[in-house]
Amino acid sequence: MIEGILIGLTTALTIQNILMVMVGCFFGTIIGMLPGLGPMTAIALMIPITYGFDPATGLILMAGVYYGAVFGGSTSSILLNAPGVPGTVATSFDGYPMAQQGKAGKALAIAAWSSFAGGTLSAIYLLFMAPSLSKVSLSFRSPDYFALMILGLTAIAAFSSKGQFLKAMMMVVLGLMLASVGQDSLSDITRFTFDNMNLTDGISFVLVVMATFAMSEALTIILKRNDPTSAAKQVSLTELGSIKINKEERTKMYKTIPRSSVIGFLIGVLPGAGATIASFLAYGMERNVVSDEEKEKFGKGSVNGLSAPETANNAACSGSFVPMLTLGIPGSGTTAVMLGALLGFGVQPGPRLYMTNPEIFWSIIMSMYIGMVILLILNLPLIPYIARILAVPKNYLIPLILFFSVTGIYVMSFNNFDIYLMIGIAVVATFLRLYDFPMPPLILAFVLGGLMEENLRRSLLLSNGSWEFLWDRTLTACILATTILIVVWHIYKTFKKKI
Amino acid sequence: MNINTTKIISLLFFIFSAFYLYTAYQIQVFAFDENAPFNARTFPIYLGYAGLFFSGLKVILPDPNTIKVDHKNLEYKKTGILILIAIIYGATILKVGYFLTTSLFLFASYYFLGERRWILMFLLSFPFVAAFMYLLHGILDIYLRDPFLKSIGVMG
Repeated sequence: MIEGILIGLTTALTIQNILMVMVGCFFGTIIGMLPGLGPMTAIALMIPITYGFDPATGLILMAGVYYGAVFGGSTSSILLNAPGVPGTVATSFDGYPMAQQGKAGKALAIAAWSSFAGGTLSAIYLLFMAPSLSKVSLSFRSPDYFALMILGLTAIAAFSSKGQFLKAMMMVVLGLMLASVGQDSLSDITRFTFDNMNLTDGISFVLVVMATFAMSEALTIILKRNDPTSAAKQVSLTELGSIKINKEERTKMYKTIPRSSVIGFLIGVLPGAGATIASFLAYGMERNVVSDEEKEKFGKGSVNGLSAPETANNAACSGSFVPMLTLGIPGSGTTAVMLGALLGFGVQPGPRLYMTNPEIFWSIIMSMYIGMVILLILNLPLIPYIARILAVPKNYLIPLILFFSVTGIYVMSFNNFDIYLMIGIAVVATFLRLYDFPMPPLILAFVLGGLMEENLRRSLLLSNGSWEFLWDRTLTACILATTILIVVWHIYKTFKKKI
Repeated sequence: MNINTTKIISLLFFIFSAFYLYTAYQIQVFAFDENAPFNARTFPIYLGYAGLFFSGLKVILPDPNTIKVDHKNLEYKKTGILILIAIIYGATILKVGYFLTTSLFLFASYYFLGERRWILMFLLSFPFVAAFMYLLHGILDIYLRDPFLKSIGVMG
């Protein structure tokens, strides 16, 4: 492992890669502060720029954007009670009351230090867990992978939005359908191309991400007359006050951070769960374990109440890299986008990644830590200035998002058809968003579609067409049983609400 | 059963899944693959049935979280114009070239979204695109096709 860490440090500490982490964190913070524009959009917009980099640098940039976006989301949660990303909703419960008491700077400092500590601890967990899990996952067979992908897709649908399980499952199916367009990987038979040559190679991943996130988000903002930049304008005018944390507050944080980081990391590792659930769980757990006196302060500016979700959401970000790096199966929409980008680079994440491309595997882990340091040193004192940059009207922001989206497709294919297809998908996605059809399940399904078909094919061929492979191995049966439980639970809940 | 837009979307998805399933059955596979446990049409067929299942459930089951959208407050005109500009942008980018079409796309978008600060609009279109082109083409070595700049001798 020492050798791996050194490889990672050598790659991550090059001037170019440090610069990429800084740019990523900075850009991510800006996007994260805009309510509605989350880390997935930020990462999607970065894809065209990463074409010119090697895979390690490209992924380091995207990881920086991810952390920056989560940190930016916390800032608008604390200062305005307007979470930029869902993972920072719990931050506003105690962060915003603290800011209202004139302790905005202190709240931001607590959030930044908790994020830093949570990220650091989870990077250490990842450091130890990922190689071991990679070795374990070498024993995974096609049926296990197939079952795991079904679990991942069901879980992301279940957790994507409350009470919208069936809608999310429809989006999963739509994502898989889109992934099935083009040549079959084994027989080269074309499917669903309707004799259109442009569809023979299938629909590009970048196109689907740009259309369903960047472009449709821009169109939704215009359609709903939202102004995401108004929040940033207010942030730039807010008086922050002191950012010093006193001894008593530090003592409280020392207790909260370790337990919240463990929860955050473990939830992050689970497919589909992610930062939102991690932060809520950590907040709930913290409220249960603190003294009665401290419990009274929850919701009114508690240090523990702010520190717990902030630690957990950053730890979950690192945790979500575990299934992607070790199994090649992303645990969240954001890591699905990263997986798609990696596949675009010709790198196949999975159990063998740390043997075949150790520089990518280890440099991502090491760059996470560097990212945390940069967020702490650069972003905390610079928040009011970053917000000032954001005080551009949406009249400029929206065309720039559309421009980045079209450029991403243009430099990839030089093909008009792809641009029209992207606009078409974006219009449909915008309409679906209006009625709360979630997009992350679609992206995850689109990324996993090819892998899922391949593993189902192998499993069925090995079992001579019998579906017994689903319960032949204990591991497969356990994964599948968990999936069935999730489906049954959600169908039951839907019925129960009506009755 | 209450009919709302979500149910109509689900019904449309049901019809789409039925069409997808029909098309999946029409996929031509090799003769020797016809009776194989898995061929090119197997997975799409399962997907078609899954689509029918989930959208069918959504249509039939009660909808406790009905989403109501106030269409009067939606900005259809500007959104439509933006989509139209993007389509024109897509249609001309290959023939005219990246620099000119992108700059004009940005300028037109700012204008139709209500911006009237001409200098800022200009700065955030032509020079901005030039700088971005330099970043992609000049620094990151990403090829950008541009017949217009080529014709006036700016790009090689």
